[in-house]
Amino acid sequence: MSASSAFNDEKGGSSSVGEPEYGHDPASGGIFSSDYKRHDDLKEMLDSNKDSLKLEAMKRIVAMIARGKNASDLFPAVVKNVACKNIEVKKLVYVYLVRYAEEQQDLALLSISTFQRGLKDPNQLIRASALRVLSSIRVTIIVPIMMLAIKEAASDMSPYVRKTAAHAIPKLYSLDPEQKDQLIEVIEKLLADKTTLVAGSVVMAFEEVCPERIDLIHKNYRKLCNLLIDVEEWGQVVIINMLTRYARTQFLNPNMNESLLEEGSGGDRTFYGSDEDEDEDEEEKEKKAETPAMAKRKPYVMDPDHRLLLRNTKPLLQSRNAAVVMAVAQLYFHLAPKAEVGVIAKALVRLLRSHSEVQYVVLQNVATMTIKRRGMFEPYLKSFYIRSTDPTQIKVLKLEVLTNLANETNISTILREFQTYIKSMDKDFVAATIQAIGRCATNIGEVRDTCLNGLVQLLSNRDELVVAESVVVIKKLLQMQPEKHSDIIKHMAKLTDNIQVPMARASILWLIGEYCEHVPKIAPDVLRKMAKSFTNEEDIVKLQIINLAAKLYLTNSKQTKLLTQYVLNLAKYDQNYDIRDRARFIRQLIVPTEKSGALSKYAKKLFLALKPAPVLESPFKDRDHFQLGSLSHLLNAKAGGYQELPDWPEAAPDPSVRNVEVPEWTKCSSREKRKEKKVEKPFYSDSEGESGPTESADSESDSASGSESGSGSEESASRSESEESEDGSESEEEEEEEEEEKEKKKKKKELKKPVQESESEQSSEEEERKHQRKTKQRKSDSESESDEDEESESESSQSESEESESEAEVKKKKKAAESKPPSKPVKKESKKEKKEMSLLDLDDFEPAPSPQVTPVNTFLSNSLVTDLEGLSLSDTVLSPATIAPSSALKNYELLHRITGEGLSVEYCFSRQPFSPDANMVAVQMQFTNNATADTKNLHIEDVKLQSGMRVKEFSEIELLPAGETATAVMGIDFCDSTQAANFQLCTHTRKFFVSIQPPVGELMRPVFLTENEFKKEQGQLMGMNEITEKLTLDMKCRNEHTIVQRVTTAANLSRVPCGSDKECRFAGRTVSSSSLVLVTVATKEEGAAQLTVNCEKMVIGTMLVKDILLALTQ
Amino acid sequence: MIHSLFLVNASGDIFLEKHWKSVVSRSVCDYFFEAQERATEPENVPPVIPTPHHYLISVLRHRIYFVAVIQSEVPPLFVIEFLHRVVDTFQDYFGVCTEAAIKDNVVVVYELLEEMLDNGFPLATESNILKELIKPPTILRTMVNTITGSTNVGEQLPTGQLSVVPWRRTGVKYTNNEAYFDVVEEIDAIIDKSGSTITAEIQGVIDACVKLTGMPDLTLSFMNPRLLDDVSFHPCVRFKRWEAERILSFIPPDGNFRLLSYHVSSQNLVAIPVYVKHNITFREGSSQGRFDLTLGPKQTMGKAVESVLVSSQLPRGVLNANLNPSQGTYTFDPVTKMLSWDVGKINPQKLPSLKGTMSLQAGASKPDENPSINIQFKIQQMAISGCTQAGQTL
Repeated sequence: MSASSAFNDEKGGSSSVGEPEYGHDPASGGIFSSDYKRHDDLKEMLDSNKDSLKLEAMKRIVAMIARGKNASDLFPAVVKNVACKNIEVKKLVYVYLVRYAEEQQDLALLSISTFQRGLKDPNQLIRASALRVLSSIRVTIIVPIMMLAIKEAASDMSPYVRKTAAHAIPKLYSLDPEQKDQLIEVIEKLLADKTTLVAGSVVMAFEEVCPERIDLIHKNYRKLCNLLIDVEEWGQVVIINMLTRYARTQFLNPNMNESLLEEGSGGDRTFYGSDEDEDEDEEEKEKKAETPAMAKRKPYVMDPDHRLLLRNTKPLLQSRNAAVVMAVAQLYFHLAPKAEVGVIAKALVRLLRSHSEVQYVVLQNVATMTIKRRGMFEPYLKSFYIRSTDPTQIKVLKLEVLTNLANETNISTILREFQTYIKSMDKDFVAATIQAIGRCATNIGEVRDTCLNGLVQLLSNRDELVVAESVVVIKKLLQMQPEKHSDIIKHMAKLTDNIQVPMARASILWLIGEYCEHVPKIAPDVLRKMAKSFTNEEDIVKLQIINLAAKLYLTNSKQTKLLTQYVLNLAKYDQNYDIRDRARFIRQLIVPTEKSGALSKYAKKLFLALKPAPVLESPFKDRDHFQLGSLSHLLNAKAGGYQELPDWPEAAPDPSVRNVEVPEWTKCSSREKRKEKKVEKPFYSDSEGESGPTESADSESDSASGSESGSGSEESASRSESEESEDGSESEEEEEEEEEEKEKKKKKKELKKPVQESESEQSSEEEERKHQRKTKQRKSDSESESDEDEESESESSQSESEESESEAEVKKKKKAAESKPPSKPVKKESKKEKKEMSLLDLDDFEPAPSPQVTPVNTFLSNSLVTDLEGLSLSDTVLSPATIAPSSALKNYELLHRITGEGLSVEYCFSRQPFSPDANMVAVQMQFTNNATADTKNLHIEDVKLQSGMRVKEFSEIELLPAGETATAVMGIDFCDSTQAANFQLCTHTRKFFVSIQPPVGELMRPVFLTENEFKKEQGQLMGMNEITEKLTLDMKCRNEHTIVQRVTTAANLSRVPCGSDKECRFAGRTVSSSSLVLVTVATKEEGAAQLTVNCEKMVIGTMLVKDILLALTQ
Repeated sequence: MIHSLFLVNASGDIFLEKHWKSVVSRSVCDYFFEAQERATEPENVPPVIPTPHHYLISVLRHRIYFVAVIQSEVPPLFVIEFLHRVVDTFQDYFGVCTEAAIKDNVVVVYELLEEMLDNGFPLATESNILKELIKPPTILRTMVNTITGSTNVGEQLPTGQLSVVPWRRTGVKYTNNEAYFDVVEEIDAIIDKSGSTITAEIQGVIDACVKLTGMPDLTLSFMNPRLLDDVSFHPCVRFKRWEAERILSFIPPDGNFRLLSYHVSSQNLVAIPVYVKHNITFREGSSQGRFDLTLGPKQTMGKAVESVLVSSQLPRGVLNANLNPSQGTYTFDPVTKMLSWDVGKINPQKLPSLKGTMSLQAGASKPDENPSINIQFKIQQMAISGCTQAGQTL
């Protein structure tokens, strides 16, 4: 037994997996030992060292899975191989794992660490595949791990990994729906992604997790529209369906004027003619939105975004993928103005050449469309002609479409076509054709008689099914005008002898009963015949016999009284309770007895009331309330997870929600301008272009703002300059600097362009704003280049004038600041004033206060030249006097005098934006040569970094004379980690190993947020992203001012204005990944306080809490 | 999206199952079998079948039902289109898509399905990418694999997935650079008894076989592009250029692919290159019927009509047919009543004909309808729509 089984297994696994092994199935074989044996054998193979054996085993296992056999008892043996080197084995193990992990949750956990390792792999494809498998394992315990992994991957550099993250979202959601809120955050983040690879997947995730959160789409709407054509086809389908729903909630019905017009009148041309001129007044639009009633009378103007959607989807009608074509078709059907819907007809007709399943679905949708918009498909009438090779279900659907398309002009050709169909061998199809003829006859009055005659001819058809169907249809037709057709009724009465199909017999009987007055002689005779055969009839016929008897009794009781009694008696003892019931009921009603109630008087009215003619209508009527192309539409029943297609809004919601956000402060001043701009050229604004045009639109106000921010610092600079007179050496230096500056500026000018371009790629608006500010400042720098030798004061005055354009609030503060007499204010206060101002928006440019007196300015002049032209000198001036000790930058030692053999190096984090690379932290180094000899060629070598980190070295210092001091600035991208950057500091003689490790507070840069923005962002960073600590404040720092100072010293954050004085809020972003960092310090009585840090990066958050805690409690 | 996939053969056995989410019991297919029983013809099984908890969406290709299990709302065409793509991929990999081929390559099939869908959402469906991930089995490779124990799974990672042209493999090299384009046109026509055309449509495709090194950028222009007013493209074709200049500009995938398909609708008059003279009669009362069919070419511009195949579904009453073809061979299947006649090439001098008698079921009434006739044929080097290619550049 065992030997044979082994042989069979071999064969089953390797060569032909189809047939074998049934003998070994425990169910059929029944011998458990052999079953174990087999698996032992596989286990052995899996445990072996040879990859080929493992592979063989895995292949056999996968074949078992494919056939639906249970292979779960091999789980431990298989999982061991999850880290196997061989790719194919690994992949097959993954297949196995995903299939059985759910059943063997504990064991599955063994494999998790492998994937976690994979998530950190430098290769993006390995990261992606690790995430994919990890998220496919349906084990509830690992939900937190998955959540973390998804979050991590959502901000991965590689779009492919981000795409995988998007795929993982629905998986996690189905595993644990409670993660929804956090997942929505990730979705929101990924929706902002600008790569085509991600777009489709994330919208799919959106549809599965939070289709109701339509507000997440606003900002990404235009981007999605523009990316659409480059997204892979499956993503296109999902996006288009989602956008259809979105558009239904956001735009006005383009056909809303339709109701006022006669259908098909020439008027609609002019109405839609106005679609093209989009440069309508913004005001008017707004007015219209306010008063929808007014809008009805006004010409409708399409929202440019609505137009954008229609325009960008149109080319996709030519996709090779039927699903995409259908998606676009339904979008046009639901969203486009009536005059434009026609374009989809051609594409849909083309799909009719595809596989029959595709035809089936397309025809269903076409059938629905033809009811609403018949004209659209009329030119393609012939494409719906039936081929003899079509499957029946396709034929029936085509008939449906043909019937819907029939009108006075084409009915004759259609009827001729129908005549051919009736001869078909496919009887179901013939029956459907007869029904279709009936419907044509009811819909089109002119051909009713022709149809009726044709149908009557069919009554003599040899096929009983045809006859029966005709009878049923004729019955319906006759009901419309019975008077004229008593001979047809007579003819049909004769048929009762032959025809056996119950439905047809019942129809005839009903007809005769209903119109017994037209055929007074025949009717009793028919009843007589029927009474005879009553017991042998089908139930449905029996009921009609009773019916006929009752009606005849009422109209012609002389002749039929006995017959009726007889029939009712038969029915009384029928097996079917319905029939017994009916008999009892009718007897009471029609046969007068003493007991009979009031109703019997009205019996005649009850039975012979004029019945409304049945309306023969398409089963596809009213199906269009389902979104076309959806499963629900196809089934005409709501499928699970179907999202209703909302009705058009009465008034359009605010279209500005789709504007991609621009900095808060420019909004007010530039709103009008931007809108005009938007109206003018909205269509070419693709996502990247999006930020382009808006930016350019805003450029004016931006430059204002830019110079404003510049002016802030300039101003402070100039002030400080005037505050303290300087010695001559300083001014010498200044001149030197200016020389340098000139050169640098030239470079900068060249650089500027690329920087601006790269800017548009920045994903976070926050960052964008920042950049804008920076570039703008640079711009203003270059502007001022010309009048370089002018006093910086004049510059500041110039910038002041520009500033007046800016937001009122800011202005006020500014004014306040300016109004401070330049001559000697209370130092402390001026500092404070400045500080507050800077908290609004100018943090970046707050001159670095440094305890070092002389050296700093040299450094600054080097580093900030680009940013703070003309004021570099001032810092020195400012620093010693005005700086409160607590806000001083902390100096760290890089190289001690003794180890450095006379050279000592200190560094501090200057908190200036590092201009060559925004993702770097600027580190300001101060070299002091304490030795007696000169030091030459100071530079950096042999940088050793953690992966991802980058360093921008300072330019070599050629000579540092003995006793002198020099400064330089280098940039380090710490990748938001506190890992040290190690490198060698080289002089012409020696090399020193040094390392720079940043405190976490230096890994961020301040951003300006309003209170509302802050709250909103904080609301999105809840849960795991929020860390709260209780603390008791240090005695010395129980007032707001010191708290602010201490926190800003500990971390490079900016203060957020806040209504309450019990709370201090701070905001910043990490330098590399621009993750938001929000800090709240809420004070309570007696020094108790609560510190809350919200940060996407949990590690940063935790460390920051520690640091701030320390700063506040000491 | 797609929950599970079952492959069902003609005899109603599930021979392969694959689940992308949690396992759905194969008993769900019982609903499908029910529907299959109800349908008289295999192709009449409704493509979408609702069941209490799931929806079954199926396609029938090569006598195999591909049944996808869906749990919630999804555009049905999405699933159908995907299933067809799966079949196309199998065909591409194994040459044929039969039960035997799938069973023989079950591991490759499984690997393919694993790559094509992630959690029920299509991931990689471009054959270029798939081939990079999983090498198609060839006899040689199978042998090498068994000897050396190496694998089918590509060693390198699917870099194509990351590129901007996801349909093209990277690093393609050929010693002979060549590109072929085949224009294939089909006419669908309905012709009534008297021989007049009721409707005729032309469906054309341009299939390409491109073997070019690197990242070639091709353009293709047509003499009469206006003819192609209803076109669908491979995603590689730049829509905008076509809209503006009527020039096909594209970076092709590597290997065989369908560049575009077009549709010339019935408005344009189509000359059918073949005519049929028929005379099929049944006499009331007798058990004999006469069958006479003659084919002839018409307007073929001197080109030969080849591979002609005539098929006709005869009425149910026909027991047997005793026919005499002037050329080619004919078969009559008494069960399905399908008559097919393989004519071959039409010789204009000697027109092929098929004559003879049919024996009818005794006592059965005369069939009330003449059977319809389907004719398939090929004409080399001729496009009926008159579509011609003007030139191509690299």
